Amino acid sequence: MKKLDKKQIAARVARDIPDGAYVNLGIGLPTLVADHLPRGREIILHSENGILGVGPKPAPGEEDEDLINAGKEPVTLLPGGAYFHHADSFGMIRGRHLDFCILGAFQVSVAGDLANWHTGGADAIPAVGGAMDLAVGAKKVLVMMEHLTKSGESKIVERCTYPLTGARCVNRIYTDLAVIDVKPDGLQVVEMVEGLSFDELQRLSGVPLRRLATAA
Amino acid sequence: MCLLRSRLTEGKKVRCDNFRPMVNKLFASPEAALADIPDGSTIMIGGFGHAGMPAELIDALIAQGARELTIVNNNAGNADTGLAALLKAKRVRKILCSFPRQADSWHFDALYRAGEIELELVPQGTLAERIRAAGAGIGAFYTPTAYGTRLAEGKETRRIGDRDCVLEYPIHADYALIKAERADRWGNLVYRKSARNFGPIMASAARCAVVQVRETVELGALDPESIVTPGIFVKRVVRVAPSMRKAA
Repeated sequence: MKKLDKKQIAARVARDIPDGAYVNLGIGLPTLVADHLPRGREIILHSENGILGVGPKPAPGEEDEDLINAGKEPVTLLPGGAYFHHADSFGMIRGRHLDFCILGAFQVSVAGDLANWHTGGADAIPAVGGAMDLAVGAKKVLVMMEHLTKSGESKIVERCTYPLTGARCVNRIYTDLAVIDVKPDGLQVVEMVEGLSFDELQRLSGVPLRRLATAA
Repeated sequence: MCLLRSRLTEGKKVRCDNFRPMVNKLFASPEAALADIPDGSTIMIGGFGHAGMPAELIDALIAQGARELTIVNNNAGNADTGLAALLKAKRVRKILCSFPRQADSWHFDALYRAGEIELELVPQGTLAERIRAAGAGIGAFYTPTAYGTRLAEGKETRRIGDRDCVLEYPIHADYALIKAERADRWGNLVYRKSARNFGPIMASAARCAVVQVRETVELGALDPESIVTPGIFVKRVVRVAPSMRKAA
């Protein structure tokens, strides 16, 4: 079996973003998607601190401390881009104006519940940022994550054990092993990596999966 | 002229000492603009990380000495300057924010673990909307954000249309300290790039919005079509020397 690396997962997500889409990329792994957006498509990136039309990283020495993304990294603005205040920015999110948001996750449940903000540890300092707004707001919520934890447990679970970010909000999961849709009647495998059998994916996932008729 | 209600005056209207027979909100220094902040105030501080953080106003607030403050900001300070320095000086009793935990939030982390600061964690969009609601005179609002999560525990909920929602209340403040790019003496503001972030809504939600700007201009010099914060939301403006920031 050929697991995808992080860049390959990002490239796989990027393939599904259509021309003209408004997209928010979550902090961490999802920011890699920006590097893999297919040429020839005009995709408008939103950053929750108040930017539409986020461009690539500035050249070294060209950074501007007033122009950063939600991860507080320096970015640029594309021609046609716009700045706006935080309430407008989250109005775009909550008001279902964004076509996609792409988030990382600790766990996703079979019902599409998302846990990605808090490990629940008693001594952990909680921090949520915009994750809960993105989870309920975007028209489609895409999750990208590794399929298994470091100790080999499935991150796709019957019920999340970490505190929820949002309930029944995830539409599609991209992992290093598969692409899986969250449907009202359960999880449906859309794609698997080369050399992975459905039975093996089912065994690793530990939750009921269905095979889409055309899944490889 | 600057009319201000503050806890110091118990609701009576007082004139600030810069009274002049025309509207002039320009103050000579950050110290002068913050001199009347009492202990126990609720203060909104603009900025997202360092972008839009009013560093010189925060320095003046530290020097001014007000204590037992409630602070509203998206974060809880980065590294050792600005809001982090205010926390380090132990002037803050409580903070409302969405994302306190960062690689360089060590001063907050230490206070939090020692039980020396109260944290009200608010999802970022709910934080922004609660601030906006205060400025717009909204009594409360229902939002789908955080429904079914521990951040909605104990809150009223209601199903509206196809969405389960949580009741949230506005956040008012006594003062807002924000940073803008340019102002005139009426307090009209324009911002710079993503440093705008919380500035406009915090200006509207505080009884006294104090703004530091890089440049002040004559009335009429700001394009009325492009003014982001109209002066009605602003009480005091201070020009500070540009920082080391690289010009665009």
